[in-house]
Amino acid sequence: MSKVRVLVGTRKGAFILTSDGKREKWNVDGPHFAGWPVYHMKGSSVDPNRIYASQVSDWFGQIIERSDDGGKTWIQPGTPPGEPAIAAAGGMPKPASNKFVYDTSAATGKPLTTHQWYDGTQHPWEFKRVWHLEPSTADPDTVYAGIEDAALFRSTDGGQNWQELSGLRGHGTGPKWQPGAGGLCLHTILLDPKNSKRIYIAISAAGAFRTDDGGKTWKPINQGLRSNYIPDPTAEIGHCVHHMTLHPSRPGVLFMQKHWDVMRSDNAGDLWHEVSGNLPTDFGFVIDVHAHEPETIYVVPIKSDGEHFPLDGKLRVYRSRTGGNEWEELSKGLPERDCYVDVLRDAMAVDSLDKCGVYFGTTGGQVYASANAGDNWAPIVRDLPAVLSVEVQTLP
Amino acid sequence: MITVVLPPHLQTLAHVRGDVQLEVDGQPTLRSVLDALEARYPMLRGTIRDQVTFERRPFLRFFACAGDLSHEPPDAPLPAAVASGAEPFFIIGAIAGG
Repeated sequence: MSKVRVLVGTRKGAFILTSDGKREKWNVDGPHFAGWPVYHMKGSSVDPNRIYASQVSDWFGQIIERSDDGGKTWIQPGTPPGEPAIAAAGGMPKPASNKFVYDTSAATGKPLTTHQWYDGTQHPWEFKRVWHLEPSTADPDTVYAGIEDAALFRSTDGGQNWQELSGLRGHGTGPKWQPGAGGLCLHTILLDPKNSKRIYIAISAAGAFRTDDGGKTWKPINQGLRSNYIPDPTAEIGHCVHHMTLHPSRPGVLFMQKHWDVMRSDNAGDLWHEVSGNLPTDFGFVIDVHAHEPETIYVVPIKSDGEHFPLDGKLRVYRSRTGGNEWEELSKGLPERDCYVDVLRDAMAVDSLDKCGVYFGTTGGQVYASANAGDNWAPIVRDLPAVLSVEVQTLP
Repeated sequence: MITVVLPPHLQTLAHVRGDVQLEVDGQPTLRSVLDALEARYPMLRGTIRDQVTFERRPFLRFFACAGDLSHEPPDAPLPAAVASGAEPFFIIGAIAGG
């Protein structure tokens, strides 16, 4: 029977939740990296036992962790336990898996040194943390990292060494990018499973971007987005994209939860149109697609940008089976009252079992699961630290 | 031999319990002690000072002999009692949060 492994990053460590394919009884393992915020964990689709984790604190900075046994044990790539920690005399220094250095080489043709700060002045790029780790769909040793201040990095040696794909910051609009309230973060990385040269990324608050040549050159893909809080509501950049998703069978169709508005593009982001339809509020963070139905999408409406909690204290997922516009409320098993949690942008995921499982975590420390595509919900755990991210692996 | 006291999270990361003993050539300074620490425990690179600028991370402080050395120049000699191993060199995380 198939199994499901749910990878949960929280404010105070990582947790791994496992169940058989019935998804009724769950084992909770953790905390891993106790006391440290874990922004994101994600497993390789090529080798599911290969999992990458972003462990980061305001005190001690960034750590990259890797497991090669499904989360039982972890190493910092390049410094596995048991190996002599001291670099051999006269030898090369050990790899620093947490070293993210912006590319300022002459080869980029531009001194990629500043972006716009909150007050409109230019500000140096400063590495702060890894928000999202996206393993390659072809090679378990290749993994992409979305970082703050916004840039895209790639490792091809299992997370030991990282190089920036600097064409993103260097394509021209970089100096105009400005941080959102959560920082200038690159939080979404979508790899096109049918075209290895195509990658989509999203940045708060710069917008969405696409490369069609493996990361050398990039273009903003924000036409059709409208953001009333920026001076030019239809500007090429400056949009606060919260999350994007796609279905692997149709990678040219994108869905987006923007600061306000749920959006859809049918042409790889070249043009977007709004599909908020009858949602009670179109503010929110997460958005995801059903594993087997490319037109079935999920969001969790949040009251507003000033009040980051569900409307009326009632936690509800909304599902559209028509690719947007027509939404139905899913609330069976979710709190009906007095619920004032948030669901952050990377905190929803789906499994690929026959009846698609849907999972999301809250800032109140609950992880909810539905084993029937959202019709019914139940908490897997209730009292974790605030959940930052949820990813799901469906295992044979 | 220099004795360094790490905050608990960094002890976990470095797979050590308690104090760390380091050999430092010549007159020990902030820079030479941190260089020796990171050479012995490479997993600590970037956790105490930035890997590019070598600036101390903002929420960490350096103390020794009842004094705050956080703002001392990186090449200033450490107190003699630290150099002799009589007193430890503390790396301390700022108290914050709930």
